[in-house]
Amino acid sequence: MDHAIHTDANDPTNITNPEHAQHHIVTPAQYCLVFATLLVGTAITVGAAFIPLGWANPVVALAIACFKACVVVLFFMHAKYQSRLIKLTIGAGIFLFLSLIAMTLTDYMSRAWGMW
Amino acid sequence: MDNSITSHEAVGHDAHEHVALPQHRHHFETQEQQREAGSFGMWLFLLTEIMFFGGLFFAYLLYRNWYYPAFASASQTLDIRIGAVNTVILITSGFFMALAVYASEMKKQKMLVQTLILTTVFGVAFLGFKVVEYRAKYVENHIPGASFSVKDFVTPPKDASGHFTETPLTPDMAQHIQLFFFLYFAMTGMHALHMIIGIGLLFWLIRRAQRGDFTSGYVAPIENFGLYWHFVDIIWLFLFPLLYLINRHPLH
Repeated sequence: MDHAIHTDANDPTNITNPEHAQHHIVTPAQYCLVFATLLVGTAITVGAAFIPLGWANPVVALAIACFKACVVVLFFMHAKYQSRLIKLTIGAGIFLFLSLIAMTLTDYMSRAWGMW
Repeated sequence: MDNSITSHEAVGHDAHEHVALPQHRHHFETQEQQREAGSFGMWLFLLTEIMFFGGLFFAYLLYRNWYYPAFASASQTLDIRIGAVNTVILITSGFFMALAVYASEMKKQKMLVQTLILTTVFGVAFLGFKVVEYRAKYVENHIPGASFSVKDFVTPPKDASGHFTETPLTPDMAQHIQLFFFLYFAMTGMHALHMIIGIGLLFWLIRRAQRGDFTSGYVAPIENFGLYWHFVDIIWLFLFPLLYLINRHPLH
């Protein structure tokens, strides 16, 4: 195996990738902050459920859930400190999930909506 | 399931003498490459899990729109307090799991074992509350199937002035409540199954952590299990508002 060809610019097998050297350890203080954020988010979402907001009730609840999920992915799951490969993988997965939901929903809505 | 690690000297790969730690497999050039490949694989697995739960979430979205009054009434019967307490319990469990990854990185064996045990304890507590909730559904005859009863929804209890405490449903709309509870049990049950599998894995990880397997620079199993555990947390972060919270003030 020829190691000489591996440079930062030409690294097809992902060996000298400089992102590897950036391995980051999240501190307990950061984890405590994330934990507190999640608890506050839970308190807000439970509180908001008891306030009549009409159509906005589900919107608020889901927005808070998305925010909490982002915090968990970024810090508890270390996505913020991962290589671009991992970040792209996560992004692609979320994009595919939303695409499938949107496509299935357009199918249902354009066929017999209201005629069940 | 212990990783059987053959020493690289024994295999005789002269070209790979740069290998430092026994867990480093010979088909990876560097430890960092191995670590990234492991995380990448774990994330790909989690993406398949998103698609799997995504189908259930979509079914919920669709049927909630179709049978809105039934879903709103059915959701009122879930205990918001147990749901909220369980959310806090699960977040706490995830917090200790995150600390376990830190302990493994910093090679603190005692802290690693303790945090893994706390992760397990909170996970079991979550399942305990889930049992209480499932039992309540059984007692109320709200489990879909032959024993399901629409009584509570067609003739809801009356208050002192003789008015219904909740809007009564027509019998055919009330039948659609079975769909809500079918999805409720499918989604929370599948989530609980993931937690049961996770708790099984935690016992195995605790045993190995006690042996010192993960406090000598070998973080990958703890880190990847952490990803799985946090993923299960995230599923609940969406299940809680969808099942318990968003139907409290139905539109008319």
